[in-house]
Amino acid sequence: MDITLQVNGLPRTVDVDPRMSLLDLLRERLGLIGSKKGCDHGQCGACTVLVDGRRANSCLALAVAMDGSEITTVEGLANGDELHPLQAAFIEHDAFQCGYCTPGQLCSAAGMLGEPGPSAVTPDVLVDPDLTPEEIRERMSGNLCRCGAYVNIVSAIAEVAR
Amino acid sequence: MKPFEYARAGSPSDAVRRFRPGTMYLGGGTNLVDLMRLGVARPERLVDVSRLPLDAIEPVGDRLRIGAAVRNSDLAADPLIRRRYPMLARAVLAGASGQVRNMATVAGNLLQRTRCAYFQDVSRPCNKRRPGSGCPAIEGDHSNLAVLGASDACVATHPSDLAVALAALEAEVHVTGPGGDRIIPMPGLHRLPGDAPERDTVLEPGDLITAVELPAPPPGASAYRKVRERASFAFALVSIAAVLDVRDGVVSGCRIALGSLAHAPWRAERAEQALIGGPATGEAFLEAAEAELAQARPLPRNAFKVPLARNLIVNTLEELAP
Amino acid sequence: MNRVEGRVKVTGLATYAAEYPVEGVAHAYPVQSLIAKGRVARVDASQALDMPGVLGVLSVEDPPQLAPDADGELALFQSRDVAYRGQLIAAAVADTYENARAAADAVRVEYEPADHDVGLRADHPGLYRPEVVNPNYPADTEHGDVEAGLAEAATTVDVTYTTPVLHNNPMEPHAAVALWDAEGRLLVYNSTQGASPDRDTIAGTLGLPPSRVRVVARHVGGGFGCKGSTRPHAVLAALASRAVGRPVKVVLTRQQMFDVTGYRTPTIQRLRLGADAEGRLTALEHVAYEQSSTLVEFAEQTATPARTMYAAPALRTAHRLVRLDVATPSWMRAPGECPGMYALESALDELACAAGIDPVELRVRNEPETEPESGLPFSSRNLVACLREGARRFGWDRRDPEPGVRREGEWLVGTGVAASTYPARRRPSQAVATVRNGDFLIQVAAADIGTGARTVLTRIAAETLGVAPDRVHVELGDSDLPDAPVAGGSMGTASWGSAVVRACEELMKNGKEGRADTTDEVATDAELARHAFGAQFAEVRVSAVTGEVRVPRLLGVFAAGRILDAGLARSQFIGGMTMGLGMALMEETLTDEEFGGFLRRDLAQYHVPACADVADVEAVWLEEEDDALNPMGNKGIGEIGIVGTAAAIGNAVHHATGRRIRDLPITPAKILAPSP
Repeated sequence: MDITLQVNGLPRTVDVDPRMSLLDLLRERLGLIGSKKGCDHGQCGACTVLVDGRRANSCLALAVAMDGSEITTVEGLANGDELHPLQAAFIEHDAFQCGYCTPGQLCSAAGMLGEPGPSAVTPDVLVDPDLTPEEIRERMSGNLCRCGAYVNIVSAIAEVAR
Repeated sequence: MKPFEYARAGSPSDAVRRFRPGTMYLGGGTNLVDLMRLGVARPERLVDVSRLPLDAIEPVGDRLRIGAAVRNSDLAADPLIRRRYPMLARAVLAGASGQVRNMATVAGNLLQRTRCAYFQDVSRPCNKRRPGSGCPAIEGDHSNLAVLGASDACVATHPSDLAVALAALEAEVHVTGPGGDRIIPMPGLHRLPGDAPERDTVLEPGDLITAVELPAPPPGASAYRKVRERASFAFALVSIAAVLDVRDGVVSGCRIALGSLAHAPWRAERAEQALIGGPATGEAFLEAAEAELAQARPLPRNAFKVPLARNLIVNTLEELAP
Repeated sequence: MNRVEGRVKVTGLATYAAEYPVEGVAHAYPVQSLIAKGRVARVDASQALDMPGVLGVLSVEDPPQLAPDADGELALFQSRDVAYRGQLIAAAVADTYENARAAADAVRVEYEPADHDVGLRADHPGLYRPEVVNPNYPADTEHGDVEAGLAEAATTVDVTYTTPVLHNNPMEPHAAVALWDAEGRLLVYNSTQGASPDRDTIAGTLGLPPSRVRVVARHVGGGFGCKGSTRPHAVLAALASRAVGRPVKVVLTRQQMFDVTGYRTPTIQRLRLGADAEGRLTALEHVAYEQSSTLVEFAEQTATPARTMYAAPALRTAHRLVRLDVATPSWMRAPGECPGMYALESALDELACAAGIDPVELRVRNEPETEPESGLPFSSRNLVACLREGARRFGWDRRDPEPGVRREGEWLVGTGVAASTYPARRRPSQAVATVRNGDFLIQVAAADIGTGARTVLTRIAAETLGVAPDRVHVELGDSDLPDAPVAGGSMGTASWGSAVVRACEELMKNGKEGRADTTDEVATDAELARHAFGAQFAEVRVSAVTGEVRVPRLLGVFAAGRILDAGLARSQFIGGMTMGLGMALMEETLTDEEFGGFLRRDLAQYHVPACADVADVEAVWLEEEDDALNPMGNKGIGEIGIVGTAAAIGNAVHHATGRRIRDLPITPAKILAPSP
């Protein structure tokens, strides 16, 4: 089936097998290897991209169902040579080791910063909370990091959130 | 994954019109695509209902109507939900991850399947997936499976947090289908396994959930609490949605729904009846919890859920009591 | 300095094994055994071969040619015998991943099943004493009379701990892309912790000389040991590519990783300790029971840290192994030390409680002068200093030893301590340093699996050469580079760094090029007990209502020689401690007694710590001068961080609740279980 997506600002029209995930479309057909496959079941977050500005697990999205969507991957975060503040902060805070979860962490953090409202640890759901380390940790828990870089990931995001 | 046809529905009635045996409706895909990749779901045809105009949250008199395609994250962030049904926001926020909640729909959340390891593994028997093949969980890994309402055929639990809150709020599930429209009061959507564990719900083939309607919030204080060994992004060991209304030291209203204890969200009616009209004391809460859990039939590796549920009921009600 | 490859990693440009653009690549997808023991009677590929895009099916019906002495886990499709459920028994090759996977699903296999045995127990009749345990230690050691030491002790403990099957679960699934050129030379892009040894194993498995195989692994998405030896996916990619005459990619699913990429053996460990009235050990016995497969003997060195840690006049350690119808266990972060120190350091805490002695003090009182088992002097040992510094930073002097008495609302609060240790070894390596465009090029077939190898080798070379790090470029992750050992055993930096230093020294002499091979240098290393040490402190909160355990605070203090890069070291230590937190509280793979194989084979069921689990984790270190190690004076730091964490947390849970859970992980189910 033919579908058209905006990927990192560029229109892409692709003929896809309905079985193909958005993640496989990005990685195998569009050569955008930044989005990672860690589990293929929405359990690790390595595939996180922004779909119409909101973070989503691209492994659980069928490419056909994304027709007409605007996709931002980690390759689209920087402004030319100028890194996105999250990317720069991740480098400065050593917020990654192997780097495999990193694109998903970055896209997730970029989406998360645009998600006000309460989280599971917010004391009062009526009040939009400040992004304390505890709030960041809860909101970033959909992105597993087996190297255990969470402490640095949280400090990197906290710096950008300030 | 088995090849399938894909079509996007233009309206709820269009979706239902497109339904034939072998068709499944695709919402956010967070569980269906997962199950298709595992070979557990093998649809011949997907009808995509994720973009149907069922994505509004709107007051209807003193009630609130939530479209079936509302994303979980939008539900939890909605000002009306946060103000009038904070327990519901809490339940949704306790589920999955930020990115999954951005994708998952209200209807899809309710219709997600059990996370029983055997159900999800097509190389092993499972009565829910392959009726009559057996239930290895009863002798094997059932550590997070049912202690209430299970059968010899199936000890699966329903994994939804949202459904537990809706059961306590006595929400109504609006359905359209080949047989017309109907309304199913929660917790009536989900059923106990009995001898037909392949059926999670009372829905008929082709039925499509179009909305969930919340009655006016019950008086009293409410809470949702989820217990899990990982601090986030994990299914519940046990969860509770509770509403407690105490007037002059006497319980005038009480609703308790328990999650991850049964094949369906479990309304603790025995506990509620034991409490209403009585004192709001720790002893009363404990007696009520024990009355409810006297029905439990734990297996060797999930027996901990009984004291866990008891503690959770007592503690939650104590926190809610004035 | 920041990580050299930081920018490519945050921009998504770093290329992992599955991501090399290869023209005309086909995909192979494995078929796995559904029985745990027996024979494959027949593989019927007819339906699969008729499916769209299918290029071929590999199976024992037409065994691909392999070296006759190939490792049992890598000898794909050679035998009809099935050794475990999940073993690769066939594979479908097709033009796309979707088609290959669908075709694999359509391969029909008939089995002749036999009764399987997958359960480890301490009274298993098949238990035996292996010749050696990994990597080459005696299985048993005995000094003095343990029974007499226990008999004369003022305080004794006799306790048994169990640890479950654990899976490494790096975020990058194992993947390989294999390409054969017209001359029959094989190139494999592989997710491996060592390009040189991986090349040798792949070549050996295929019956090729190593010179005809090249392995490239520029970026590796974590390994923690499970990419430290060649896994079957790489052999499958090579065989499938040879069979269909096209490049072939194999990417394992997360579920398949649980089956065929190794795991930490479950253990049953009995500890018997005796101490005199002052808390000095009179006897220490550590016996470990563990499993391997019927294919390969893998004997984890679980009881070996007891040979190093404490002075005891009577010291006995023993390992017993049983061969089951299971996959072969393999390397997982701090193999041996990690599960062994969990049990030893928990037992020490029990002894401290029983004797009424502070657990820090008890360890200090049992500090040995030389390595207890070998009698060798330590190259350096600063365990006591780590314990003292940790106690000071953690506020240990304010601790009330009484268990189960601190409560904040529903939360019981407690603290615990445990020691850490890990050997500090090095292996021979080669390296080349050359001048290129006025800058310096360092070449070594090292692997950067997230440890920061590129960065630390850059620093080592720059320091040796006396130039700024930005004038040094390190090339690694390619077996065509100078031979180097695996990134494992916390030996990477010590081994590669030694060769880099020597190559740079030679370059400075001749001004053009330095070539180093440290084989002779390493062979003449003095015989010393070489170990890093550390102390870990944990604070836990345990809900009296739900049994949930949370860890608000973890502190590690380490003495690991010279720390070469503070930022990288802190990340490694904290990362190990975070994995240790997972081991303590949530990680567990279940063995399926009924059908064989494993259950909970995904990241929704096998829980690794999420961001919300990890609050205040800090790692610091002591300055430690040790000239006996290597030119840099460093000890490996990749593994010691996980050693002791689970014990510190378990000891803190006891302090919080008064309950001693001796079976990992410490879950709400166990906290809420009635006291025995």
